[in-house]
Amino acid sequence: MTKQARPTESRAGAEETSAAGVAEKEAEPEESAVMREDNVARKEEQKTRIEELDNETLLQMLHQMILIRRLEEKCAESYSLGKIGGFCHLYIGQEAVAVGALSALRPDDYVLTSYRDHGHAIAKGTPPDEIMAELYGKAGGCSKGKGGSMHLFDAGVNFLGGHGIVGGQIPLGTGVAFGTKYKGTDQVTLCFFGEAAVNQGAFHESLNMAQLWKLPCIYICENNQYGMGTSLQRAMSLHDVSMKACAYEMASEFVDGMDVLAVREAVARAVERARSDYAPTLLEVRTYRFMGHSMSDPGNYRTRTEIEKYQERDPIKLFTESLKEKGVLTDERLALIEGEVREAVERAARFADESPEPAPEELFTDVYANPLNGQ
Amino acid sequence: MTVMTMRDALNQALREELQRDESVFLMGEEVAEYQGAYKVTRNLLQEFGPKRVIDTPITELGFAGLGVGAAMAGLRPIIEFMTFNFSILATDQIINSAAKMLYMSGGQYKIPIVFRGPNGSAFQVSSQHSQAMESWYAYFPGVKVVMPSTPADAKGLLKSAIRDDDPVIFLEQERMYGNKGEVPDDEDFTIPLGVADVKREGTDATIIARSLMVPVALKAAEELEKQGVSCEVVDPRTIRPLDIETIVNSVKKTNRVVIAEESHHFCGVGAEIAAEIQVRAFDHLDAPIHRVSGADVPMPYAKNLEKLAIPDVEQIVKAVRAVAYLD
Repeated sequence: MTKQARPTESRAGAEETSAAGVAEKEAEPEESAVMREDNVARKEEQKTRIEELDNETLLQMLHQMILIRRLEEKCAESYSLGKIGGFCHLYIGQEAVAVGALSALRPDDYVLTSYRDHGHAIAKGTPPDEIMAELYGKAGGCSKGKGGSMHLFDAGVNFLGGHGIVGGQIPLGTGVAFGTKYKGTDQVTLCFFGEAAVNQGAFHESLNMAQLWKLPCIYICENNQYGMGTSLQRAMSLHDVSMKACAYEMASEFVDGMDVLAVREAVARAVERARSDYAPTLLEVRTYRFMGHSMSDPGNYRTRTEIEKYQERDPIKLFTESLKEKGVLTDERLALIEGEVREAVERAARFADESPEPAPEELFTDVYANPLNGQ
Repeated sequence: MTVMTMRDALNQALREELQRDESVFLMGEEVAEYQGAYKVTRNLLQEFGPKRVIDTPITELGFAGLGVGAAMAGLRPIIEFMTFNFSILATDQIINSAAKMLYMSGGQYKIPIVFRGPNGSAFQVSSQHSQAMESWYAYFPGVKVVMPSTPADAKGLLKSAIRDDDPVIFLEQERMYGNKGEVPDDEDFTIPLGVADVKREGTDATIIARSLMVPVALKAAEELEKQGVSCEVVDPRTIRPLDIETIVNSVKKTNRVVIAEESHHFCGVGAEIAAEIQVRAFDHLDAPIHRVSGADVPMPYAKNLEKLAIPDVEQIVKAVRAVAYLD
């Protein structure tokens, strides 16, 4: 198995934090070799990648990223109005990961992710109306109002869900890949999770089986550097997630998650390995969430300076500028996209508002596929 | 009819279902080359090959979850736990994934999977390898829980479990694998889930027993017959969903109930059955319901202590005599 773009050397033990885990200085997460400080260099790289794709594909990707951003902003608003209940984990800042990764798939490929799942559902093709209605707990939701924010499912587009237990979806994704190989199809499975899930046994058990049995699963670690309020440095002995693939002799790559096209390219390489050779891959995609872990996050574990530093690298801002500089995107076209997105988000919110609550009888349906004895 | 062991009846059910449906596969620790830790999967690797009979690493959470994922992709996995003691490592995938997937996806993803293996006490393997797990799993809506007590039931129920579209926890019993009984030869022989079986008819008291306690209860009934007490022995066979009608009908006939179970009584299946009986047949009860359960201790190693921890004929006889006010 050839290793693709080996990660930078391990930085295990290079960071010091206090026993209480509170960063004593201004929190400065380690700078990755791939996630550049230098936005100019990043943009130059992205512009080179732009040349390899047709304009409509590029603009469709930008459209999806903006749609995710605006829908999530609407979610924040609706949450504060009490229209969305429970836990609500926003994807703002990480849009390039889902959009870039899923743009490298065929429609019949499978996707699973964690509870931070709105962006992946949109990128896989679940209608925003149904996503919003699910968040509102309505009958028109993609899971009929029974799953909520953390459990979006859409069998129509092979979106196998949002899963609520950290790392729980990793064995599931491994099993979906087992299933497609068993059936002899060339479908691949993308299984997303955060970097905190890497500390769970489920991650290691899954990677071992996937490489042992050559299962066409692509494991995408969205390393946003915080598991809830605990920084990666305070939770992981070896900070380099992609290196963990070495323990299983699995191919891995380290990817800049702020560059949607870098993500697309890396995933495309992994998809090729999976389709042609049933080979699994671990991708560590370095990203950052601009919002809290969930809507109830006090945000006291990271500094405003740090957040602003990453906002400078906003994946949508970067992509917009690159596309403009390459002449793919005009101000008029951008305004058109923003307008279409605004309309789609308003329509989704309206659909969710107007969708009826689930009928009381729904409480007892879908418990069993083959109900027995009146259960 | 052929007389065979529980082990062979289970093996036959697995073979027939693997033959019948290409989407069925069997996975677990030592199920293939080793031929099964308890030989339930004997010769299946030779017959169906390594694609469908798969040895796993010792990674219970991993392969349980892999099975659930494979079911989402349209397969019908049979996941063997070498013993259900090890399923404790996999409970997140059984409970949080398998049991809830259909519901939280709004009916989009059914999980037709069987988790099977021996449950309950074994022979002198001490606390971590000798425990009955049925009340854990039966607690959760979304799974079905099956506990056969005869070779015929084992075969018929396992075939139904494999054909069922829901997750089924199929609890065998290590001490019973060698038990023999008549098994129908018909390849289409199945026993529906959720239907209890009256293993012996009687008029004076009902003994409700499952799994290992069924043969013990039948022996106790024989003993009681000599003492002039006619016992009915009801085997629920499926714990969830429970066939409460058959149980209540028996109670209405005998008016006295003893529940025999290998598991602990606290928060146990027997407590649930007793609660249902008192609601549905309160006026028919002539005595409080008695439970005979495993001792409320971790299973000891020493042979004499282990024997004391598992309900026996004598304890059941004593309990029936108590509910009949004979002592």
